[in-house]
Amino acid sequence: MGAVRAWSPERAGEVIAEHAGVRGPLLPVLHALQEEFGYLHPDAVPLVAKALNLSRADVHGVITFYSDFRTQPPGRRTVAVCRGEACQSRGGRDLAAHAQQRLGVPFGATTPDGEVTLDQVFCLGLCSVAPAALVDGRVHGRLDAGALDSLVQP
Amino acid sequence: MTTVYVPGDSAARAVGADEVALALESEAALRGLPVTVVRNGSRGMHWLEPFVEVVTGDGRVGYGPVRPDDVAGLLEAGLLDGGEHPLRQGPVERIEWLAGQQRVTFARVGVVDPLSTSDYEAHGGLVGLRAALAMAPSDVVAAVTDSGLRGRGGAGFPAGIKWRTVADAPSSVKFVCANADEGDSGTFADRMLMEGDPFTLIEGMVIAAYAVGAGEGYVYIRSEYPDAVRTMRRAIGAAAAAGWLGADILGSGFSFDLQVRVGAGAYICGEETAMLDSIEGKRGMVRAKPPLPAIAGLFGRPTVINNVLTLATVPAVVAQGAEAYAASGVGRSRGTQVFQLAGNVARGGIVETAFGVSLAELVEGYGGGTASGRPVKAVQVGGPLGAYVPASAMDVAMGYEELAAIGAMLGHGGVVVFDDTADMGQQARFAMEFCAEESCGKCTPCRIGAVRGVEVIDRILVGPPERRADELVVLEDLCELMAEGSLCAMGGLTPNPVRSVIRHFPGELGAPLVAPAAPGETGTP
Repeated sequence: MGAVRAWSPERAGEVIAEHAGVRGPLLPVLHALQEEFGYLHPDAVPLVAKALNLSRADVHGVITFYSDFRTQPPGRRTVAVCRGEACQSRGGRDLAAHAQQRLGVPFGATTPDGEVTLDQVFCLGLCSVAPAALVDGRVHGRLDAGALDSLVQP
Repeated sequence: MTTVYVPGDSAARAVGADEVALALESEAALRGLPVTVVRNGSRGMHWLEPFVEVVTGDGRVGYGPVRPDDVAGLLEAGLLDGGEHPLRQGPVERIEWLAGQQRVTFARVGVVDPLSTSDYEAHGGLVGLRAALAMAPSDVVAAVTDSGLRGRGGAGFPAGIKWRTVADAPSSVKFVCANADEGDSGTFADRMLMEGDPFTLIEGMVIAAYAVGAGEGYVYIRSEYPDAVRTMRRAIGAAAAAGWLGADILGSGFSFDLQVRVGAGAYICGEETAMLDSIEGKRGMVRAKPPLPAIAGLFGRPTVINNVLTLATVPAVVAQGAEAYAASGVGRSRGTQVFQLAGNVARGGIVETAFGVSLAELVEGYGGGTASGRPVKAVQVGGPLGAYVPASAMDVAMGYEELAAIGAMLGHGGVVVFDDTADMGQQARFAMEFCAEESCGKCTPCRIGAVRGVEVIDRILVGPPERRADELVVLEDLCELMAEGSLCAMGGLTPNPVRSVIRHFPGELGAPLVAPAAPGETGTP
């Protein structure tokens, strides 16, 4: 993952303009904003709505439908543990429970110190090297509790 | 200069292929050995990943699984000349696991440099497209129809009939969409093809566009596949630069533009109409049919939507001819299927072979049984909406109708193996939990039914035993309602895994308590 910038309405306007020209621009625009700032700032909603001639409700509805879009800044590091059936067959349930216990937060939450955001993901397509997780945007397979811990350690 | 292949496929990278590639470059430099490392796709032998191949006078020789600290020893053992080493697997083409397969869709995956246009052409690329552009569009549709090629996304609808509908629909604007929202657990063939041989998908899409008269296309890839997104985007750029996309493709006068769209973590967007809404920039809600997307699809225009594997098979179908493709298979399932062996299996990966292979041959033969060494208990075929097939029924032939006859489905060809420690009651519960999490919410049977399903199964699993028989009646009623009343396959098929557990593993989902048989009785009702 690249470095993210602090929220800036001016920069947001530029990002929106870069992606507004395609057919059906809303998802590409939201992805680009999240990549730029790490999350979708509440002030982004009216900016996007105005630029794309949508209602704020439309934009809000799309942001809340898709689990990728964050409305809070993520932790410095991100961990997503796969919960799919193939990973379950190789101890994925235990790994998912371990990750939540070890970090002390449920899926979808960030540790109180702002260090790690823990998410669940339903399949990374690494089903033949299960169980798998995505740590800071990098794929890892054949994991167990110890291997996941060493990846999450700074 | 010796060429060494180290897969750049996600499954290989997930188990250390990047580190192996780095170690190879630095250790070879240290020894003054001239080496070019090429990041190919994966051959699909995932238990051997990272699988390193060296080009020798005797063809490509493979080594695996290679860890970064194996590299120095491998070089000392004469890796670059195919030297002996405990990790040596021999000449790759002669490895039995691969040699027994029939690779059509996956012919180039793991073989070529995924982003090299010259490598692509040197390995049979563009033969299908050149042949198609020399034919009338309606003849291309006819060839695909005659080949018997069916949609690989799961529904198995004949591709040629879908194309005919779009070709006949009057509109100045038409689209071709590749559904690369491969969300089913246990499936990864779309991902591997896009990472390992992206030009094949592009070629298939251009052929489809030419056949139906479409000018624009989209590849909708799930965000959980960042490597596939990156590779596809670079491949589209390279294809456009080579004149395989854009205006006047290969001098034919035909024009077609293609772009990648990235999903945002919603399983339901693998349903074709939800995918269209997502590309249009909306919540990924399922549309009622009719109208069919072939008549009124993306932005209301006639649209071909096919799975990645369907489109990636088209170049081979056109190049070989319909008859050659239809020659293999079983019943109405023609050609080959890219099966994906996953979960608790000793030799997981890609097995492409003709339809009709038995599930047992895949799991016990290719797969080598479980990775844990324990007995196979159940195999989930076709993703989260597919049935759990008990070990006793694994002689079933892998074909659309053949699996349907035992209450299972092929889906996207995923095969997930569970050993005897699996808790089938929990697997049934997960099916409902997953549906509750991922339902788009448009229809009530799916949105509410899945939540109620989790509640009923919880009562069965931990509630008072004397209530179980009644709760099972409620669960069956709920399954029937979801199967018959849901708008799309998400709610409609979620009962599949649940019912398969009730049917095949009754003791694990609160079998109604019956009086034990008296001594001497057989107990058979």
